[in-house]
Amino acid sequence: MSYDASIPRRGISQDADQATSLMRSTIISAWSLINRFLEWFGELGLFAWQVMRAAVRRPFEGRELMRQLDEIGSKSLPLVALAGAAIGFVLALESRSSLARFGAKSMLPAALVYSIIHETGPVVTGLVVSGRVGAGIGAELGSMKVTEQIDAIEASGVNPYKFLAFTRILACILMLPLLTLAADFCGVLFGWIADTLVEPVSFHRFINQGFVGATFSDFLAPTFRTTVFGLIIGMIGCFQGMRTQGGTAGVGLSATSSVVISSLFVILADVILVKFILVFFS
Amino acid sequence: MTHLEQEVLLDVEESGATPAIESAGGKSGGPAVVLRGLHKSFGSQIVLDGMDLTVESGETLAVLGRSGSGKSVLLKLIIGLQKPDSGSIRIHGQEITRLPLDAMNELRKEMGFLFQHAALYDSLTVEQNVAFPLKRHTKMTDSEQGDRVKELLAGVGMEGDLKKMPSDLSGGMQKRVGLARALALKPGILLLDEPTAGLDPITSGEIDELILKLQEEHDMASIVVTHDLHSAKTIADRIALLHEGNVLIEGNFNELEKSDDQFVSEFLKRDP
Repeated sequence: MSYDASIPRRGISQDADQATSLMRSTIISAWSLINRFLEWFGELGLFAWQVMRAAVRRPFEGRELMRQLDEIGSKSLPLVALAGAAIGFVLALESRSSLARFGAKSMLPAALVYSIIHETGPVVTGLVVSGRVGAGIGAELGSMKVTEQIDAIEASGVNPYKFLAFTRILACILMLPLLTLAADFCGVLFGWIADTLVEPVSFHRFINQGFVGATFSDFLAPTFRTTVFGLIIGMIGCFQGMRTQGGTAGVGLSATSSVVISSLFVILADVILVKFILVFFS
Repeated sequence: MTHLEQEVLLDVEESGATPAIESAGGKSGGPAVVLRGLHKSFGSQIVLDGMDLTVESGETLAVLGRSGSGKSVLLKLIIGLQKPDSGSIRIHGQEITRLPLDAMNELRKEMGFLFQHAALYDSLTVEQNVAFPLKRHTKMTDSEQGDRVKELLAGVGMEGDLKKMPSDLSGGMQKRVGLARALALKPGILLLDEPTAGLDPITSGEIDELILKLQEEHDMASIVVTHDLHSAKTIADRIALLHEGNVLIEGNFNELEKSDDQFVSEFLKRDP
């Protein structure tokens, strides 16, 4: 054997094989990811269909709905109000210096009110609720699933899609606009407080300047946009919770994925709905 | 039948449910549960492989078998929580494998299910747990429900723990409450998944006695899935031993003991 022949060499064909195998494994993993994504969407669609079918049948679980309205609405109020207040306060302070540079300080109330009502209030409420309620629903239903409580509900002849899922989804849909109004109010109020700390102005005047030129549709469309956020948060939280597998680790995963996915969808829905509102309500 | 029991029956009838006791078959004499050629797999794992089994009305059948032999799956198939791949399940003569959800929910009111870990609703008190089926399936007033719940909890020795949360109860107490909840609608068929699992021998004995007492009082067909040979020997009229997805042998405990089958002998070696 010659010296050259004893040295192992990487031939062109070997490199090509490696590249082919790398490409194949990349395609396979990408395909598996797409497959899982489509599978998830399919299951979500099936879940939504089952919830809708259950929703139109008697009994309507009024007591459970009231309990969920309290759980999702009343108990989220302090956090949503605080978030709204903080946003209003910071927005007023930040906007003031920016507007002062262009000599448009008098525009501050209008800029603040417009910004809070149109975008900041609904989105912040959506994200805060998706964090608090999405995680809560995901963890609660996940825990019920792994401890067979959902099976026990079904075994006792009660439809869990109605009793557990529909009541929560409807409560989210009904409560999000109200929570958004609370966040808007706190935002405007604390915006005024921040403004008046720097340069005293009466609340009445601040509101008058803020709402100059505002119409009913300025309120209506952005606030009712949050019903879609409510639908997303309730639906994703219930779906992720009710498909939990694998004990306590699975419950944690459901809670986390509920928050992540619902927040992502809230942001996506916001982008789509803003365009929709601009087309139909402007 | 007590006055309260008559009221429950009447309320169940009014709510559209088939009255449990009447249709239970306990009095009519037909088989309560008939399984034929039942197949169930999870992926490549075959759990039930053409299983046949009959449970007569008023009879208590204990289902034994190794872990993973499909005992709990069997109960979930009977109550419709899972669907079989193929085969027939008849409850009081009614085929349930293709039953629509509403009809299945009606039939479920005739069955009580005690889960392995009791599966009490952890956001509800003991009282609310037991009242859950009554609230949804009867037209009883709040005070009638309260009386019925007290009666049921007294029947399982838990009348003093109405306001406790499930997390405040021991495993044995949770099983007792689960049993009371399973009996709330006076079912004709009682399904018990490992009623003595995880309990000390004394509590297990108490649960066995309780099951025997309730069977005498309610005259139900019961299917008890268990690993506990002593419990099976005490409470069951008949025992079915599952192996490789089918019933390997069925009969009373003495008949099983006389079997020459190696698996049966090995299984019964652990007789306490």
